[in-house]
Amino acid sequence: MNANPEMMAAGTASSRNGIVMDCQLEKVFYGDFLAVRDSQVPIEKNKITGFIGPSGCGKSTVLRSLNRMNDLIPIFRFEGKVSYHGQDIYDKKVDPVVVRRYIGMVFQQPNPFAMSIYDNVAFGLRLNGFKGNLDERVEKALHGAAIWNEVKDKLKNSGLSLSGGQQQRLCIARAIATEPDVLLMDEPCSALDPIATRRVEELMIELKEKYTIALVTHNMQQAIRVADTTAFFGVDISQGSRTGYLVEMGPTKKIFEEPEQQLTRQYVRGEFS
Amino acid sequence: MNASEQAIESMIMPDLAGQAPMPRPKLHRAPLEARALKSGFLTALTWIGAILASVPLFSVIYMLLIEGGSRLNWETLTALPPSAFDLGGGFGNAIVGTVVMVGIATLISVPLGILAAVYLAILDPDGRLAHTVRFLAKVLTGFPSILAGVFVYAVMVVAMKTYSALAGGVALAVLMLPTVVLAAEQAMAMVPKKMKDAAFGMGCTRTQVILKVVLPTGASGILTGVMLAIAGAAGNSAPLLFTALFSDYYLRSLTEPTASLAILIFNFSGMPYENQIQLAWAASLVLVLIVLVFNILARIIGRQKY
Repeated sequence: MNANPEMMAAGTASSRNGIVMDCQLEKVFYGDFLAVRDSQVPIEKNKITGFIGPSGCGKSTVLRSLNRMNDLIPIFRFEGKVSYHGQDIYDKKVDPVVVRRYIGMVFQQPNPFAMSIYDNVAFGLRLNGFKGNLDERVEKALHGAAIWNEVKDKLKNSGLSLSGGQQQRLCIARAIATEPDVLLMDEPCSALDPIATRRVEELMIELKEKYTIALVTHNMQQAIRVADTTAFFGVDISQGSRTGYLVEMGPTKKIFEEPEQQLTRQYVRGEFS
Repeated sequence: MNASEQAIESMIMPDLAGQAPMPRPKLHRAPLEARALKSGFLTALTWIGAILASVPLFSVIYMLLIEGGSRLNWETLTALPPSAFDLGGGFGNAIVGTVVMVGIATLISVPLGILAAVYLAILDPDGRLAHTVRFLAKVLTGFPSILAGVFVYAVMVVAMKTYSALAGGVALAVLMLPTVVLAAEQAMAMVPKKMKDAAFGMGCTRTQVILKVVLPTGASGILTGVMLAIAGAAGNSAPLLFTALFSDYYLRSLTEPTASLAILIFNFSGMPYENQIQLAWAASLVLVLIVLVFNILARIIGRQKY
């Protein structure tokens, strides 16, 4: 992890840091409904990979397939392979619970637990039987999520007493406290106001020095601001259903300025949504 | 008015310029208008309804305080029941019996009820078993309490060949169980899905999600349900009639007939002796106080911590 932010600027081929997750989604079903097909999404180390696309294009489904969150939906079915450090997380021998400890998640709606700020952040550490200095790690995580100064005097207060933006940063602190390898963020700013959004975006850019981030966003400006690589998903309605698929993926600058696909060009110009 | 405001004004004004000025709108209150009268009448009706609904409670408490308050002292709280023509005496054994039997009922119904509620709320909320259990629990809440007594009589008293505190506790547990199950299920179902998702996302197993997130978050609602079930059980006499019967002595073992406040009130209130009737009043007051204390405790414990 010889992280040098300058080096990791978007777009240059020389900045490839290696693929942490190589995701090959052949077919993703909910029951009989084919939600996503034929998408290959490599996630690079210490970068932010943004997923954009119109609603219903399956970008959240793709993201939630990457730490097996979709397994909680009984009718979910996955065909393909998600290779994480060389291991397919969909292998029969893999325990999805363990996968989620390496690949953390921040959700669309801030979802702190109904417990104190401190306990929220300590939750994952206690879960993993952390034996070291808990206070230190909680403080570090809150610093990491850029919320320490706002909560340091009220760690005993309820996590639910914070504002929406603070709650989301608390959730980020909770997710990074266990120092996961990859952070999946599912429209983390969609419930936040512009100022809180900007803070979370700045935070994401700081976090990528230590973590690998995959970000779903419906906000193209956000993708431009934070994503190094952008994956554009489209919806295929030709079969009478709505199936998402990867249209194009590349350095963010390229996707937004000179995309290869006509569909991508129309989308980033705002011709449809 | 600055330039931009003027610009806006000039954009709006042309449209209005050609029209007649709007008549001054009537914004004042008109209390005698039909809709205002109707609204006032209906509001008053709800007030009257609310007051009438609380009359029985207050009149019962008033009567108990007047009739039972004077006999309430240390002796009545600790002494044994008097025999026919005795003066004095009390119902200490009945208080102990009620507390012990309600305790047994709580120990049985709460763990069982919470386990059942976990199944209903989380493991398989839409399954056929869940629907059946939920339906049966609802039926059981309206179950005549005397039948719970008869049932336990047939199952336990006949087999053990004696009335006992144990049988009384089981009978009360039968009555508490559905209340606990339904309240606990409700409390757990109210835990937001996004909180459970967060726990799964942290790498919790389903058991950990239930133990670390769902139960703590729903704890206050579960406790409220438990307290209400306890309050209901404490005042129930019918199931104890066939199971615990009564005793004139302090409880020595769980397998012998046991006194309870509810049965003592039932027995003494029908006696032709002034002393016993006064004790029945005092016991009623104590019972109501116990129920009240549990309700207040339920309120305090039920207050959301976070």
